[in-house]
Amino acid sequence: MDFMTLLQLLDTTVRLATPLLLACLAGLYSERAGIFDIGLEGKMLAAAFFSAAFAYSTGSVWLGLLAGIGISLVLSAIHGLASITFRGNQLISGLAITMLAGGMTVLIAQDWFSQGGRTPQLEGAARFNPITLPFAEALRDVPFIGPLYYELISGHPILVYIALALVPITWWVLFRTRFGLRLRAVGENPASVDTAGVSVVTLRYSAVMICGVLCGLAGAYLATALQAGFVKDMTAGRGYIALAALIFAKWRPWYALWATLLFGLFQALELRPDLIESALGVKVQVQLLGALPYILTVVILAGFVGKAIPPRAGGEPYVKER
Amino acid sequence: MTTAPAIELKGISKAFGPVQANKDISISVQPGTIHGIIGENGAGKSTLMSILYGFYKADKGEIFIKGQKTAIPDSQAAIAAGIGMVFQHFKLVENFTVLENIILGAEDGGLLRPSLAKARKELAHLAAEYELNVDPDALIENLSVGHQQRVEILKALYRQAEILILDEPTGVLTPAEADQLFRILDRLREEGKTIILITHKLREIMDITNTVSVMRRGEMTATVKTSETSPEHLAELMVGRKVLLRVDKKPATPGETVLEVEKLRVIDDKGVERVKGIDLHVRKGEILGIAGVAGNGQSELLEVLGGITDATGTIRMNGTNLPLSGKGAHGQSRRHAGIAHVPEDRQREGLIMEYTAWENVVFGYHLDPEYQKGMLMDNAGIQATAQEKMDRFDVRPPHPKLAAKNFSGGNQQKIVLAREIERNPDLLLIGQPTRGVDIGAIEFIHQQIVQLRDQGKAILLVSVELDEILSLSDRIAVMFDGHMMGERDPAKTDEKELGLMMAGISDTKATQEQAHG
Repeated sequence: MDFMTLLQLLDTTVRLATPLLLACLAGLYSERAGIFDIGLEGKMLAAAFFSAAFAYSTGSVWLGLLAGIGISLVLSAIHGLASITFRGNQLISGLAITMLAGGMTVLIAQDWFSQGGRTPQLEGAARFNPITLPFAEALRDVPFIGPLYYELISGHPILVYIALALVPITWWVLFRTRFGLRLRAVGENPASVDTAGVSVVTLRYSAVMICGVLCGLAGAYLATALQAGFVKDMTAGRGYIALAALIFAKWRPWYALWATLLFGLFQALELRPDLIESALGVKVQVQLLGALPYILTVVILAGFVGKAIPPRAGGEPYVKER
Repeated sequence: MTTAPAIELKGISKAFGPVQANKDISISVQPGTIHGIIGENGAGKSTLMSILYGFYKADKGEIFIKGQKTAIPDSQAAIAAGIGMVFQHFKLVENFTVLENIILGAEDGGLLRPSLAKARKELAHLAAEYELNVDPDALIENLSVGHQQRVEILKALYRQAEILILDEPTGVLTPAEADQLFRILDRLREEGKTIILITHKLREIMDITNTVSVMRRGEMTATVKTSETSPEHLAELMVGRKVLLRVDKKPATPGETVLEVEKLRVIDDKGVERVKGIDLHVRKGEILGIAGVAGNGQSELLEVLGGITDATGTIRMNGTNLPLSGKGAHGQSRRHAGIAHVPEDRQREGLIMEYTAWENVVFGYHLDPEYQKGMLMDNAGIQATAQEKMDRFDVRPPHPKLAAKNFSGGNQQKIVLAREIERNPDLLLIGQPTRGVDIGAIEFIHQQIVQLRDQGKAILLVSVELDEILSLSDRIAVMFDGHMMGERDPAKTDEKELGLMMAGISDTKATQEQAHG
């Protein structure tokens, strides 16, 4: 494998890892606050559709993005209402949201666009286009660094850079701010927060809402940056892979980056079976490569990556004891 | 006294549905004193304190802090009014450091760094002032229970608490740790803090409080000066009748050995060795008491003997080896071998809370022929038997068709005892027989245990209550960290020596320290 091929592979890895990273960070905020969210998939899907639909009809990808975040926030609020206010089962609420999104997107898409549950192709300003970083053209011919900068680092849509920037930001928020301290505390022992005179409900809602914003970004990226429009079930289990990555990452932001990049790499390899073939010297079924991320997910969930301790109050509604 | 009371409650009432948890309660506590509140479970102590800490809103009544009428709608208001609370179950984040726990909810700004630095300084002050030393950077989960409690006290002091409420603070402490806590409370009192101590232990009230209020069934039955009362008097006020505080028993006349345990080891499902090769034996007609702080392997020992957990080593019952793992190592076969088990956690292991009392009374023995009627269970017969047993064990209310969850802790325990004792076992395993049980019922349960011993049964008692171990046992063994620290004759030992052994200070060292101290 030559240097350019490697760069292209890594470039694809980054592009494919971005929605996973955004969803993973979304889950991180929610679960760190003690609210399990298996509805990431549904929120991403709904955001993907609404962002594509609004971007198409307004011609502005930014309005599309806002619409995507908006619908994701609505679904987050439903999840919050069910699991925080009414103390319902978080898994069931999350599952319901995913099922709702799966049906709702296709139904509305058919009603609005009559293209078999898709949105029309997005073009121009209705998409997030790659941005070229400063000096990329100028440095292009410098050996090693030039291609690295031009091929891998430059030339991604803005959302990729936002996702990457969110990793240190999330770390800083969680471990360096008052909000982060309280957020982590409410996921570990909500009673400690409550007796300290801080509202458990407000904290958990803020976490769930942050999760909504990030899922909105992830969904919008799928439909308006990675691809040019919405198609049925386009999230393809990314919300669940993000959850697996979250466990893999032990609920830590930097680990989340590495975990999602690993999953992104697997997805990138699926697109280039020839690389595997030349590296291993055997022909590998494309289907097998395609299944790799999912197999890895199962392996991770089965606990082969060592002990991952989830936030201790995760999944449990908070009830004040007598 | 001319100073305004630090805290004064006037006519506090609170009902939960039809249950009147607090009825017209008034207390007044002088600043710089320790005020005890004593009462049985469900007497309304915790409700009263929850009202004071803003968890509940009283239906009626007023709260005055330093003479000022104060409304306490939530915990924030309680903290602002200078009230700090140390709950029975600590409200700490286990994987946070001491410092992080202390600033949680009392941060100075959006960023943590300045708050942490300030708390570190303040903590050093408090440590020097009140002898409350804790490593500020230690994780809570690595601290002993006693130190965790200090963190709770520090949390309150960091929030400038002038009034400190402690809810059953010694329940989880070793005697030595409890002594330390009392020294700290003494020191806080000297510095002018006001302390409210909620407990059901008469001795603690007598040791440290200035005044004491007794609660019974939601009402305040008396408030007295501690120096003018006695434990017997307080017990009578609590229960409403005369109570025998000491267990009345004759010397034991042990017979042949019933249970022999050799080199018993238990490894739990996380791979941690919980019981590290212990030997013990119990004879007919004696009570072997096993003392120790919770979590030192006693629970596992009981579970192995009861057939719940697998182990390695040898257990002989009446001379026959019992299987310790695989087929044959379960509760059913243990019962056939003559072992009855009253588990430590009666609500999880002793009873099925949703099932009725009569079902619970036969559970585990329900396959016995006497309860069968052809292929079916003889429900009518079982109910009649259950009724009879419940009468004999004074279970109140005596209704076999009531679900187990509707009985009080003491009566639930009587149901379990009725089931296990009535089967006429050779050996009774009994864990925490009186945890969460009222004084009146404690008396009854203790009498039952001693009676069983006098009938020539062997009894293995596990309890974290040293008082209970000392008053019931004929021999006392102390467990620490999965080992047996040694055995003592209850007549020739005291809480201090046992306390040291419970803290892992070995036999010989314990004796030495006692000689010095």
